[in-house]
Amino acid sequence: MSAPGQTLAAKHTRLRLRVRGAVQGVGFRPYVHGLATRYRLGGFVANDADGVVIEVEGEEVAEFVEALPQQTPPLARIDDIAVEPMVADSCTGFRIAESVGGRVTTRIVPDAATCAACLAELFDPTSRFHLYPFVNCTHCGPRFTIAERLPYDRATTAMKRFPMCEACRADYEDPSGRRFHAEAISCARCGPRLSHGVDEVAAALAEGKIVAIKGLGGYQLLCDCSRDDVVQRLRARKQRDGKPFAVMLASADAAADLAEIDAPARALLEQVARPIVLLRSRHHVAPSVAPGLAKIGVMLPVAPLHHLIFHALAARGGAAGERGWALVCTSANPSGEPLLTDNDEALAALADIADLIVTHDRDIVIRADDSVVAMVAGGPRFIRRARGYVPEPIRLARSMPPILAVGAHLKATVTVTRGDEAFVSQHIGDLDTAQAVRFFEETIRHLTSILDVEPVAIAHDMHPDMASTRFAQGRGLPMVPVQHHHAHAASVIAEHGVAGPALGLVLDGYGYGSDGGAWGGELLLCDGAGFRRLGHLAPLKMPGGDRAAREPWRMAAALLHDIGRGGDIASCFAGQPQARHLPMLLDRADTPVTTSAGRLFDAVAGLLGVSMVQSYEGEAAMKLEALVREPAVLARGWTVIEGVLSLRPLLAHLAARDLDAVEAAGLFHGTLAAACVDWVADASRATGIGTVVLSGGCFLNAHLAEQIVRGCRAAGLDALLPRQLPVNDGGLSLGQAWVAGLQITQQGLTSGGFV
Amino acid sequence: LSHGAGGRAMAQLISGLFHEAFGNGWLARGNDQSAFDVAAGRMVMTTDGYVVSPLFFPGGDIGSLAVHGTVNDIAMAGARPLYLSASFIIEEGFRFADLKRIADSMGEAARAAGVPIITGDTKVVERGKADGVFISTAGVGVLPDGLDLSADKARPGDRVLLSGSLGDHGVAIMSKRQNLTFDTEIVSDSASLHGLVADMVAAGGHGLRLMRDPTRGGLAATMNEIAQQSNLGFRLQEDAIPVKPAVAAACELLGLDPLNVANEGKLIAVVSPDVAGAVLAAMKAHPLGRDAADIGEAVADDHRFVQMATSFGGGRIVDWLSGEQLPRIC
Ligand SMILES: [Fe+3]
Ligand SMILES: [Mg+2]
Ligand SMILES: [Zn+2]
Ligand SMILES: [Zn+2]
Repeated sequence: MSAPGQTLAAKHTRLRLRVRGAVQGVGFRPYVHGLATRYRLGGFVANDADGVVIEVEGEEVAEFVEALPQQTPPLARIDDIAVEPMVADSCTGFRIAESVGGRVTTRIVPDAATCAACLAELFDPTSRFHLYPFVNCTHCGPRFTIAERLPYDRATTAMKRFPMCEACRADYEDPSGRRFHAEAISCARCGPRLSHGVDEVAAALAEGKIVAIKGLGGYQLLCDCSRDDVVQRLRARKQRDGKPFAVMLASADAAADLAEIDAPARALLEQVARPIVLLRSRHHVAPSVAPGLAKIGVMLPVAPLHHLIFHALAARGGAAGERGWALVCTSANPSGEPLLTDNDEALAALADIADLIVTHDRDIVIRADDSVVAMVAGGPRFIRRARGYVPEPIRLARSMPPILAVGAHLKATVTVTRGDEAFVSQHIGDLDTAQAVRFFEETIRHLTSILDVEPVAIAHDMHPDMASTRFAQGRGLPMVPVQHHHAHAASVIAEHGVAGPALGLVLDGYGYGSDGGAWGGELLLCDGAGFRRLGHLAPLKMPGGDRAAREPWRMAAALLHDIGRGGDIASCFAGQPQARHLPMLLDRADTPVTTSAGRLFDAVAGLLGVSMVQSYEGEAAMKLEALVREPAVLARGWTVIEGVLSLRPLLAHLAARDLDAVEAAGLFHGTLAAACVDWVADASRATGIGTVVLSGGCFLNAHLAEQIVRGCRAAGLDALLPRQLPVNDGGLSLGQAWVAGLQITQQGLTSGGFV
Repeated sequence: LSHGAGGRAMAQLISGLFHEAFGNGWLARGNDQSAFDVAAGRMVMTTDGYVVSPLFFPGGDIGSLAVHGTVNDIAMAGARPLYLSASFIIEEGFRFADLKRIADSMGEAARAAGVPIITGDTKVVERGKADGVFISTAGVGVLPDGLDLSADKARPGDRVLLSGSLGDHGVAIMSKRQNLTFDTEIVSDSASLHGLVADMVAAGGHGLRLMRDPTRGGLAATMNEIAQQSNLGFRLQEDAIPVKPAVAAACELLGLDPLNVANEGKLIAVVSPDVAGAVLAAMKAHPLGRDAADIGEAVADDHRFVQMATSFGGGRIVDWLSGEQLPRIC
């Protein structure tokens, strides 16, 4: 990037630079202006259809070119810089020129947490932004959630309703300032207004009330997380079962009191994206915050309003004030539905949930949930990717026709490709409700509109009865069905730009198999647009379909039946009303089976009595994981026969002994991981393929992921986990898009579907 | 039963069996068709094929099912059924005693409904070309003056009435097929609904928009079909939908949603809100509508979603499945 620039610069005194990436609306032009001035260069900088174009002339052009990528504004991302020589013009002075029109291919950046400079102004009594809850600049503030379409301009954002006052206009037009072309600029005189005073909010929280506030990506519910009665009231009103809540604190130092925070965790917490970070809990919060779990979700303030609330709470002092306030911070939505963004809807839907609803008059154009990240296998891994990260693209190894991929059913995301970039949408949620399906469609409209892209084909899951599949059917575009676990593996291949064939180890809950079966623990050989199923986990009966996924005791019963102990089911699960009848179902030859890895976790959790009936998805597996102290391997605990991995020896061992649950959980995790490594290594020897991509929801399990990655690497394999996307179904749409793109590139659009 | 040689004797044997079972003057004449007087006004006609496994199940068999199904298809127009026809495809080797049982049950169902089977046909096909017995029926009926039930008549605010508990037939069939035994035997709800319909028409008149019997695919498929045809959405209340405890327990064991399970003696009516109370009262007064309930309403919705408000406050989409219920939880 800079090497050719330097050589050119040595011979020419005038250069044109084209900068691509996230370079618009992030203070890039003032940055260039400052840099050019520092090197006493003449010329100009302008936005154009591809990003930013710069022409510089002077003695120190080489220094300029070298420095350009070094100290970019915090929200800028440079993808590449092209440098070409120009005829010298002997111009003097450097100016910021008008934007050059044309079809826009640049991009809108994610929302960013309040920057240090704005924060200083927020609490500076002499600043005109003193205590102003919407202070922002080109280095921070809302972007994605207020943008309607390209180009990113005040007129195409939710700020169009707020004409700038004179002071704001002056800042907006001052090329030397942080607010030069800050499209969301406003102040107390001209900008949006809060419905309530911050002191009122703080008072309500201090009294143990539940407060709804309008956050960046949607409404949030806040309450005191130290009082169990308050948290329980929130749970009851929100109709939320045992699913954990996240906690917000004023700073990483304050958070260290609630959770174990090392340097990488602190860096994650303090990212401008401000994700919820899953950390080992010190259990200093009310027990109802994250019942039965070893980890707690922690986040730092995102928007000025959050800072103002903590500031006001601190000023009140009191017991909680001394330790630093910690608030439950959860999305405000009726159970199972998307985050609320519309003021009227929020006032109606939250009336029975929140004691105080704090709103304002800046619209949220598109909702974005809080992102959730955990440290797994030595790196930050997404559990949910949304606010703060979307719409940052994933760079693909090749350019492809524009594809829309619609994901699956749960934790849905969609992906739109544009050239060699893939834009994975924010987390949409489970497509079980009308509201979620509407949000799903809205997300597709918004994403194609902010990218200015018209897809030529739709990639979708093979499952016939998903809302996403049905959406794909109704578009009048060529459809490309992609098998669920193939898409899982392909998403990692696409993200890492893996060239050539790769093994895919997908440890997942359920996906519709190419044969219609219930797949979920799969070893695939992925090559280009196709794949081959090299093997799978030994099938286990799944009595009652999705019922078995909700009730781990059923999978435990299937496990007992499988090892010839069906007679013990009634007595082992005497508390379950259906336990008497289940053997009747398990005895039948036509009861469906599954090769799912997720259901295997459920079976073991049920067997150990860790979770009999789940109150939220993944509860059993998370509670089983929470028990693990030391993963251990049971020798000869598994077999691999013709590609089928059976853990029957391990499962029989776990069922036979009266093992302590901690020991059993350690043995299960360690042995499953070792068995998977053995399985993959076998396949690697047989195929000569040395790269294995790891995907599927089970890899959210830190013990499993770490053991498998370590084992694969020890066996000389290159084991890859996703870095930029969730390993669960949240990353699926990227894999679908990648497979569909390759297929269309190879076969053209006429072939219709993939067989 | 045999096929081919000796066909004549066999044909006579079979027709004798049906004549006796269906016992009416039309069949006794032995013609290839039957003549009947037509009423003034509008007639309705329907046809249907019956393939069910097992042929005999608690609460009925393929014969009674064929009568009830065809009578109900006519009744759902608000019409009074008059006559039926029946055609049998019988697999070679099928037991004569079983055929007699089916014919008797069919005759009994037709007599109970007051709708005679006035013409019919039988064919015996080679072994393997049919599964025991297939029955095709047709029926004709007459519409009361001026009554015109149709999905495009539904309006936002209309009420959805259901005549009784869901899932009885489908679960009875499934338990029998899979050899599952429960503490309480689950019996099919197979029944002729035209009597109930006549009472509803009398009570609701032009306030009745449309009626459907939620057979294959259950309430879920039928409500989605209505939503598509009426260009409306529907909001249903889970609490309001009657499901017998034994059926609920069996569905829970099998992981089925009672909304997706077939019924053969239930109907759904969409009615204008001003007659909903009167129609519901008329339904409850009829033996086949004792458990009738107001289960929801029609709403304006460009997506034509059928939504269910669940007992604990949430809402979900009631899906129109393309086949059997597949898992979805990943
Ligand atoms: Fe999955
Ligand atoms: Mg029919
Ligand atoms: Zn700022
Ligand atoms: Zn202003």
